[in-house]
Amino acid sequence: MTVCCPAPGTDIPVVPLTGDEARHWITSAGPGRSRIEFIVPEANCVACIGGIEPSLNALPGVVSARVNLTAQRVAVVWQDGAAEPQQFMQTLADLGYTARPFDPRENGVLSEQEEGKALLRALAVAGFAAGNIMLLSVSVWAGADGATRDLFHWISALIALPAVMYAGRPFFSSALAALRHGRVNMDVPISLGVLLATVMSLYETLHHAEHAFFDAAVTLLFFLLAGRTLDHMMRAKARSAISNLTLLMPQAATIVENGMARIVPAAALKQDMTLLVAVGERLAADGVVVQGVSELDRSVVTGESVPELVQPGTEVQSGTMNLSAPLTVRITAAGQDTFIAELMSLMAVAEQSQSHYVQLADRLARHYAPTVHTVAGATLLGWLAYSHNWHTALMNAIAVLIITCPCALGLAVPAVQVVATGLLFRRGIMVKDGAVLEKLSLVDTVVFDKTGTLTLGQPVLLDGRDVAPRAMALAAGLAQHSRHPLSRAVLRAATEAGIAPAAVSAMQEMPGCGLEAQVEGKTVRLGNRLWCGLGEAPDAPGMEFALTENGALIHIFSFEDELRPGAAAAVSRLKAADLRVVLLSGDRPAAVARLAGLLGIDDYHARQTPQDKLARVAALQAEGRKVLMVGDGINDAPALAAGFTSMAPASASDVGRVAADTVFLGHSLLAVSDARALAVKAQKTVKTNFLLALVYNALAVPIAVLGFVTPLIAAVAMSTSSILVVANALLLGWRAPLSIPLPAAPRPPVGHKPEDDSMMPLNAPPQAAE
Amino acid sequence: MNTLVFLIPIALLLGAVWLGAFMWSLKSGQYDDLEGAAWRILNDDDKPLPPPDKDDRSRKS
Repeated sequence: MTVCCPAPGTDIPVVPLTGDEARHWITSAGPGRSRIEFIVPEANCVACIGGIEPSLNALPGVVSARVNLTAQRVAVVWQDGAAEPQQFMQTLADLGYTARPFDPRENGVLSEQEEGKALLRALAVAGFAAGNIMLLSVSVWAGADGATRDLFHWISALIALPAVMYAGRPFFSSALAALRHGRVNMDVPISLGVLLATVMSLYETLHHAEHAFFDAAVTLLFFLLAGRTLDHMMRAKARSAISNLTLLMPQAATIVENGMARIVPAAALKQDMTLLVAVGERLAADGVVVQGVSELDRSVVTGESVPELVQPGTEVQSGTMNLSAPLTVRITAAGQDTFIAELMSLMAVAEQSQSHYVQLADRLARHYAPTVHTVAGATLLGWLAYSHNWHTALMNAIAVLIITCPCALGLAVPAVQVVATGLLFRRGIMVKDGAVLEKLSLVDTVVFDKTGTLTLGQPVLLDGRDVAPRAMALAAGLAQHSRHPLSRAVLRAATEAGIAPAAVSAMQEMPGCGLEAQVEGKTVRLGNRLWCGLGEAPDAPGMEFALTENGALIHIFSFEDELRPGAAAAVSRLKAADLRVVLLSGDRPAAVARLAGLLGIDDYHARQTPQDKLARVAALQAEGRKVLMVGDGINDAPALAAGFTSMAPASASDVGRVAADTVFLGHSLLAVSDARALAVKAQKTVKTNFLLALVYNALAVPIAVLGFVTPLIAAVAMSTSSILVVANALLLGWRAPLSIPLPAAPRPPVGHKPEDDSMMPLNAPPQAAE
Repeated sequence: MNTLVFLIPIALLLGAVWLGAFMWSLKSGQYDDLEGAAWRILNDDDKPLPPPDKDDRSRKS
């Protein structure tokens, strides 16, 4: 079977998985058996199951290998001693999949799974109890009385008591936690209503009374748990998709010690060690070049789109990628002292300075709970004064609390969020947290980064079609041996035009200059104008290649950093929605100004350091603006953390992705305007939901206060309001303001072409900015 | 009234059986990969057919 999606970066170093290091990931699976999980980002179609499982199962000692398509992970169980985890990774690599061992404890995935399962169990218990009690309650409402009614009430009590104790725990614990901090959230009135309904019904049952509210208590829990479980599942799905994007970045590095090269984990790097950086590898530490001349792609770190020439004596930063020749680097800072670590600490400070955002539902609960409790208290006193009967007064007061138990209010937000995040998720926009949608709807300023965000961070050849086939063939022939971004662009253009690269010999790469080779006895050069003997070009340095043959110019290739699809539309839509759009870039002023003009952004700043970006975002927020920061690089991370909320493309650096609240997988920047538009609509729906729930209360409370509430009325009223709220949320999907189309085929067909790029958008592994 | 003596326990028992089955399936990880489960059914992992024996051929002819 063909590999469904070949690893994009076969040059990514494989992390050694031996000895003590591997112990970290291995868990026990019964006596004499061990279990390990790998994240395999490309395992996203049915062909992958057929490719991976048989191959792993065929290895000696393997008990079972199972692919999890939802989480894109592979779990292998093997007999101790009969196999080594290293073999599994090798097998996966041979099949063309990049795999990295997965630690369930990382990113709290394990606790999240446990939480999800606990919610499902509680939901099942509540569902069981609700179904059976409702059956008995309907009989009572239909007219069962006397001994039969008592029997039914007793059976209901027997089911309801343990069910409430078990299924109500998520609400009770959350309510307790809130009360302990002196706050009130929606779970406080919910817990109070459920508990009071149960206790009062038990008392009534003991005294052979007519009304018991067991069904109300349990059904309420069932509805609320359903909402909460869906909400949890949606968010867990988005988070696991994001955490899977973290690839095998510089976790391992090669050092030279006593003349011997050795692979060590990145964490073990120390100052003054000598680091070998192969072509295509990212630096794992800051340092000074001692040997070799090469170019570094610094786009992820500084936002600069043109590679930088480095030679002995140049300072280099961790996270940059080596492009043209091997380098030897003396480490000046590693671990906590590196440039990245410094940015991380900036990020942490920015995050701490963020004021805690209180969600609308909790703000409402602050007013709702005291109001409801006051009404209940007034009912108690009123009835006491009127009837001088403690029992009647207490019953009516409790009835008020039961009928105002905010079932619809509790569902108002999760129902909308499940629908909205689901709509976004299917379009490749992952929202990490429920509050993010609410924050997105309040945003009034959008700050964009340039390289990698408004652009794809990948140069493309301009006017590729106008190039003579021979020139293209020559250029492609030279370019195919280079990792330089411009060479890659030439090669892509040639492939698109269907031109085969010319055969070249004696190929040489001159870092900072270009490529030279012999073709049919002539010296052909592809590189910058100066080196090709044409003099320096006045503008756009580095974004063009000259092609010469024996010193005579054949063609000048011009490149531009390709605009991200939908960038112009997204910016104009955001502006149309009265948002202020700002561009902050680390790139050269000329490049930034050109792009800003193209997109119609008036407010732009070039040559911004990470500190500058952070300061500008902080200044905007100090003006009282709510900033949506959209960025991808390591240099954007502090600003992402400081923004009111933030978005990053999936191609972003690991640091950027972690810092962002929302990650979008597709290429299109319309994701930003779509997410914002849907968030606004979702927030409107949340508000109408609140209104619906409050109208229900306004109608139901007088009935309760006057003492007319029976279990039947309570059941009908509560269910109706909940259904109304959920139906209103479902309407969100109708005419949703989304312009990104659903992926036509969510999964690639079985056995499609291995080199097919068309299926990349969804579930695609991050494309390192290379 | 008499029928209730049977019907109520039966109803509760059926519910309890369902609850037990659900808890078991949850614990054994059957809801961990809903995506994969939907696709597995399409996987062509049948073993190759055994070579047709003489009986088959004689019946065909």
